[in-house]
Formats: sequence, structure tokens, C-alpha cells
Amino acid sequence: MDVLYFAWVRERIGQPKDIVDTGAATVRELVEELRAREPRYEAAFADLDALRVAVDQELADFDTPLSGVREVAFFPPMTGG
Amino acid sequence: MDVRVQDVEFDLGAELNRFAARQTGMGAVVSFTGIVRDLAEGLDVMQIEHYPGMTEKALTKIAQEAKTRWSLGDALVIHRHGALRADDLIMMVATSAPHRVDAFAAAEFLMDYLKSRAPFWKKEVTGSGEDWVAAKDEDEDALTRWD
Repeated sequence: MDVLYFAWVRERIGQPKDIVDTGAATVRELVEELRAREPRYEAAFADLDALRVAVDQELADFDTPLSGVREVAFFPPMTGG
Repeated sequence: MDVRVQDVEFDLGAELNRFAARQTGMGAVVSFTGIVRDLAEGLDVMQIEHYPGMTEKALTKIAQEAKTRWSLGDALVIHRHGALRADDLIMMVATSAPHRVDAFAAAEFLMDYLKSRAPFWKKEVTGSGEDWVAAKDEDEDALTRWD
């Protein structure tokens, strides 16, 4: 699946996207897999309260199941307008 | 319903005139315009990032929700991304309705949701560095009045 990063999450990880082959059942499990990768991922995901997640381009939460999902995105709280 | 996410400037007067001209039978058109303020004092650039694909979906969903809540004729949302400078137009919202109460309420609803639920992020770049603009608690709180 495609994992996308925006704003300071993208900057901390150092790239806008990963293509991940994962058996994670939920977003939270995917986050744990990513955190275990490298310190830059650990830094980006250190505080989940500071993050929002979208699953297939719909806002979701960290307990959302990942079965059949093609795209997950992580970003800080939005500041439009 | 017209939702546009673009990096190029837009002509506020022309957009509003075009929108108003289409609203046959409507008694009210309300519009809001967002403008870049130099809150960082010495702002070089306000960089606006968005999530292509999701942004348009989120804005369309918000506008559709507004149409279910109020008696609306139409809604227009234009939001820019990319590098903006102080006093540039960031975005505009326009609503039309038979009566002004619905047009005002829908415009406020659109703005409240757009601030916290549409995937845009702002970064202020000044001579002394760059900072992502933090989301404000009051913007999140503003959504509760529509529950």
C-alpha cells in the first residue's frame, strides 16, 4: 500500500511517500511497524496525539482496519482557510 | 457546486460576479475571502501544502453536507496552494440561498469545516527560518456548534 506523509511529518521522515508491504491489521499496527524502521520514523510518530490519519483519502482514526486499503496518509492537524 | 484547488491567483470580483449571475431565483449571496496576513512579522512566503485528491473530495463532501443542512442554491469554494505572500488571496467561499440566514450560516459552516477538516497545511517562511502554523484549539472547538 502507499503510505503518504504531509507537512512536518514529511519533513521529519525526509520523503513524501513509502510503498509498504505490510500485514498490519490496523493503522496503529502500521505505525508500530514504521516506528521500528529508523529513528526518523520514530521521530515522526513519537506523539500520535499530534497526528491525523486518512485511509483511502477519508479521515480515519488509528484503530481503522487496513484490509483492502490502498492508501494511508499521515499529517498534522489541518490548517486550511 | 464548484470546488477548485489551484496554485494560480483568482480574480475575486470576477468569480463573485460569475457566481452571483448564475443564481436565478436566489435572494442572497454571501461570500468570505481569506487573505494572507503577515503574522510572523517579516513573512517572505506562506507555503501552502495540500493532499491532492483528498482535498477536492473533502471540500466537495463539506459543501454537500452544507446543502443538506440549509436551503441553498449553490456553493463555490476556491482554495490556493503553493507559495503565497502577504496580502495575497488564499481562498474564497460563496453561498447562495433564497434567504440570507441560510446563506450566512452555510458560509460559516463551510469555513469552520474547511479550517480543520480539509487537508491543507501552512508554513511561514521568514528571514529567521520557517515554521508550520499550528492548528488552533478554537478552530476545532468551532466545529462543535454544528453537532
